[in-house]
Amino acid sequence: MHIPDGYLGPTTCGVFYAFMLPIWVVASKIVRKTLKARQVPLLAIAAAFSFVIMMLNVPIPGGTTGHAVGAVLAAILLGPWAACIAVTVALVVQALLFGDGGITAIGANCLNMAFVEVFSGYYLYRLFSYGSDVSSGRRVIAAGIAGYAALNIAALSTAVMFGVQPLLHKTANGQALYCPYGLNVAIPAMLGEHLLIFGWVEAAVTALVIKYLQKQAPELLAEGGR
Amino acid sequence: MKITTKLWIGIVVLIALAPLGLLLPEYFNANDAWGEWGTDGIKELTGYIPRGLEKLSSLWNAPMPDYAFKGWEEKGLPHLSFAYIISAIAGIAIVVLAAFIIGKILSKKGE
Repeated sequence: MHIPDGYLGPTTCGVFYAFMLPIWVVASKIVRKTLKARQVPLLAIAAAFSFVIMMLNVPIPGGTTGHAVGAVLAAILLGPWAACIAVTVALVVQALLFGDGGITAIGANCLNMAFVEVFSGYYLYRLFSYGSDVSSGRRVIAAGIAGYAALNIAALSTAVMFGVQPLLHKTANGQALYCPYGLNVAIPAMLGEHLLIFGWVEAAVTALVIKYLQKQAPELLAEGGR
Repeated sequence: MKITTKLWIGIVVLIALAPLGLLLPEYFNANDAWGEWGTDGIKELTGYIPRGLEKLSSLWNAPMPDYAFKGWEEKGLPHLSFAYIISAIAGIAIVVLAAFIIGKILSKKGE
């Protein structure tokens, strides 16, 4: 889901940087009001978890690879704004140091994984766990559903970014300048593989960690997102 | 044991497991993620390299491209697995440092 340099045209890249900039500013302002000093290690752990879980590529035999993002877990534990910052840190380091995701596409990749996935996952979790007890099984299921759905929503927004490129940028003889695949190819490909495999990985890691925390540190679940 | 200590142990375990993210795709003959092909890969798929893509794709020279050391592209999987773990350690060290600095600046003292 890490869009590399060259797949999005310069205008698209600029638009998504421009979109993310105010989100990062708002996130810092809100986090300044809500993040407690003792939550800082959790912020670092969430960013580290997101970083390493994205390195664990899962194969579709004979096909492509993909991975979980850990963004929904971060959102459940820290609230969406702090989670946005945590996943952004992971994505920026991946792009700058390891060339995983383009530097021109940092805005786009953060929009998909640090904003779309974080916020959709957070609100789906809140919706499905509404009124439930911290130790209830419903919380675990809500975390799994939110992980599965949010990764797929992020995959869809990534596919749309890819897919609009041939509409925006073409040479006179009809060759693509950037991503060569339109919406008709990008959406089924991206969404198909995430619905089939990678979404379940995100669901499993999110639900399992929430189940573990219910036993080990229920106070983290009670306070998450406030 | 504090919960954060337990979670840090979890991160260390995941770092040790990280090479699975390299080995499993190799074993199951799975290729690049969709939309993350190099210029060679895209030429194979479409018959040409989109001109803008070709120009932008070499824009950034990452110090450890694809979580490996430069010049190690032809090395075997044991070497690449080692580089993958080193990448995970280095990457997480920087991510954690950055998160702590941002967290310290933004968080409320004494709570």
